[in-house]
Amino acid sequence: MNEAFVISILVITIRAGTSLLYATFGAILTERSGIQNLGVEGIMMVGAAASFAAAYHSNNGWIGLLTAVLVGIILGVIHAFLTITMRAEQVVSGLAMTIFGTGLASFMGQRLGPGNSTMVGLQGPSFERIPIPYLREIPYIGEALFNQDILVYALYLLIPLMWFYIYKTRQGLELRAVGENPQAIDALGMDVTKMRFLYTVAGAVLMAIAGAHLSLGYLQGWADNITGGRGWIAIALVIFSTWNPLRAVLGALLFGGINAIQFRMQAAGTTLPSSFLNMLPYIVTILVLVFITWAERNTHRFGTPSALGTPFVREEKK
Amino acid sequence: MKTSKELAVQMRGISKHFPGILANDGIDLDVYSHEILALLGENGAGKTTLMNILAGLYKPDGGQIFLKGREVEFHSPKDAIEHGIGMVHQHFMLVESLTVTENIILSLQRSGMNLHANQVKQRILELSSQYHLLVDPDASIWQLSVGEQQRVEIMRLLYRGAETLILDEPTAVLTPEEATDLAKILRKMADEGKAVILITHKLNEVTAFSDRVTVLRAGHVVSNLLTKETTKKELARLMVGRDILFHLEKKKCKAGNPVLQLEHVHATNDKGLPALVDVNLQICAGEILGVAGVAGNGQRELAEAIAGLRHIDQGKISANGQDITNSSPFKVISAGISHVPGDRIGVGLASNLPVSDNLVMKAYRNPPIVQGQLVKKKSIVQFVDRLINAFNIKTPSSDTPARLLSGGNQQRLILAREITASQGMLIAVYPSRGLDVGATESVRSTLLEQREKGSAILLISEDLEEINQLSDRVIVMYEGKIMGTVDPETTPLETIGLMMAGQPLSAIEKHGKVEQSA
Ligand SMILES: Nc1ncnc2c1ncn2[C@@H]1O[C@H](COP(=O)(O)OP(=O)(O)O)[C@@H](O)[C@H]1O
Ligand SMILES: [Mg+2]
Repeated sequence: MNEAFVISILVITIRAGTSLLYATFGAILTERSGIQNLGVEGIMMVGAAASFAAAYHSNNGWIGLLTAVLVGIILGVIHAFLTITMRAEQVVSGLAMTIFGTGLASFMGQRLGPGNSTMVGLQGPSFERIPIPYLREIPYIGEALFNQDILVYALYLLIPLMWFYIYKTRQGLELRAVGENPQAIDALGMDVTKMRFLYTVAGAVLMAIAGAHLSLGYLQGWADNITGGRGWIAIALVIFSTWNPLRAVLGALLFGGINAIQFRMQAAGTTLPSSFLNMLPYIVTILVLVFITWAERNTHRFGTPSALGTPFVREEKK
Repeated sequence: MKTSKELAVQMRGISKHFPGILANDGIDLDVYSHEILALLGENGAGKTTLMNILAGLYKPDGGQIFLKGREVEFHSPKDAIEHGIGMVHQHFMLVESLTVTENIILSLQRSGMNLHANQVKQRILELSSQYHLLVDPDASIWQLSVGEQQRVEIMRLLYRGAETLILDEPTAVLTPEEATDLAKILRKMADEGKAVILITHKLNEVTAFSDRVTVLRAGHVVSNLLTKETTKKELARLMVGRDILFHLEKKKCKAGNPVLQLEHVHATNDKGLPALVDVNLQICAGEILGVAGVAGNGQRELAEAIAGLRHIDQGKISANGQDITNSSPFKVISAGISHVPGDRIGVGLASNLPVSDNLVMKAYRNPPIVQGQLVKKKSIVQFVDRLINAFNIKTPSSDTPARLLSGGNQQRLILAREITASQGMLIAVYPSRGLDVGATESVRSTLLEQREKGSAILLISEDLEEINQLSDRVIVMYEGKIMGTVDPETTPLETIGLMMAGQPLSAIEKHGKVEQSA
């Protein structure tokens, strides 16, 4: 196995892992607050389509990114309104978000090109790779880690921030608590509804940015079904990470790596069916689920936020 | 150092209704500093609702609250907390996965991002020694016993400097020693000038803990009394609205043929450890067999083994001569055995389903409820109405979810269903646990009534008084073994106590003879 091959795999691992990790962080924030959002795939998809369209017409990648943030806010508010204000079934609202998002994005893809034509195959502005002097010279990993686009670098900052926020700040403590026992948070005088709204919207913004990284950074263009199930992998990754952002990094690298190998092997014309590799992340997730269930019973340490998926109503008798 | 009492809280004309029920109906309440006020009432009297209103958790439909003479309006718990009101809820408001320190930090309402964990820990340790509240600041909540968890809750209020402290049935989860410690802590807090409100339905607690008592019944205040000027009997009458029979009439037993029989039964508990070891017993028609013992010595497993809910490794169980060893619960039910489980909410009820569904749960397979393969709505309504009346189940309607009933009414519901389905055999596990005197009395007399009708009843209880009052024979269990069978009327309590501590009856009798002869 030559050096160039290994490097190419590492490079793709990071690029593929980036959008996975943005989406996973988004889902971790949302789920930690007690709200389930199965709309990741849909939100990513709309984020990818809208940001590409905006970037293409304005000829500016940043406008594209800003559009993704807007998309995240709008879809996040819709999901929050349905699940928190209206107390709709969270799974249903999330699935609806995915189905709606996929359809909307596909529609945008057909119409938002020049003169109401398709966006498929268009070349737009994108976030180009910015090599970091010296660091990129590090053998093997230098090229992969330090010759990437700005969204990858932003993620490097976001990783420690997420960890610090969740585990070392008062707001993070409150976030961990509200997903476990909203009744307690309420009785202690905090605003459960406000917190959940905030994290659901913030989470959706990260999911939409994950989509933008696909169309503006990694794949640089629009194609139908551009997310290709990455939203679902992110949901699996949340479980894999046991809601811990650092473990999510590991997971994103692992799943991004599987993605990269798949990519390479297809390019090399392997006989191994691609469905086999497609299936791998989910097998890993199932194994992790088995492990968590077991570990939770013994240590109480890992785990699903206890109140995940249950709406909070103050005067409701349990 | 007793300083003069001051009016700390006044509640005036507080009303609150929930769908189908008026939980508080124009309640006036005065709470003074330097004093422990007991808020006494049966399950469902409206005590928790009233205090949730004071804690800002519920919005009253009407009425006013004054603190030190000034009217206040609470829109959320935050407002109440800012006015120095703190409540230890019956279901603790702790986050299990977090540590003691983290849980306390959560309650501090600070701004900024810093946790100040070390500073908080230091203060916890100070308060801990000042009030003899032993808690490990670094332990996670799930590792703590309920008693310790309660200390964390109290610590929270002290840390926050709450001036009015509300405790909702705090002793329900405590051992007797822990309850005594709690009494001391509450007294210390009152002496320091705080106003303490203790919600309870236990008369002993009122006399042991409080200075004053306000009695609630069905959402009304029925009386305000000084504790030292009243008696348990008076309190019980005020609380229930009629005289309570502390001693139930028990007719002489006419034990008939043995109907339920266990021979050499062995079984393990959920952890795979032996829970039943060579258990032999039989119960005759018209007889109550009491099972005494410290909780966790195989009582639960015994009930489950009979009810078909637990596999037995060895031995034989038969009912009316029919072998039901390791039969499915359905077969056991068909054999005529009914089961009032210890876990009322978890096992006894489908708590989100309406009262009516819960009542027909064992009758729906049989006519007249089912005809052919179809369920007859009309017969259900008749059946349900009949049971609700016969067993005096208080519920807003038969469509109310069972979880909204008070504990006593939930238990009456279960009894109604089980007794109706029973064909002469009933297993009752902790039937009056957590119930107030009125509900306890009604549950116990229902069991005696069944006995007179010829049922064979296995009564498992941790309340020796209950066992002695109801049983014709008592067996004592220790580590899954039966220590002996005694007659409750002639056996001294010490003997039963010794058996509960693991001494077989035979050894005690031998020992007694040796002592007599010496
Ligand atoms: N959140 C609620 N929703 C509906 N009904 C309730 C609620 N809380 C209490 N109730 C009902 O109000 C009545 C009074 O309840 P509660 O105040 O809990 O009584 P207590 O604390 O004296 O046992 C009961 O009938 C109870 O079922
Ligand atoms: Mg109560």
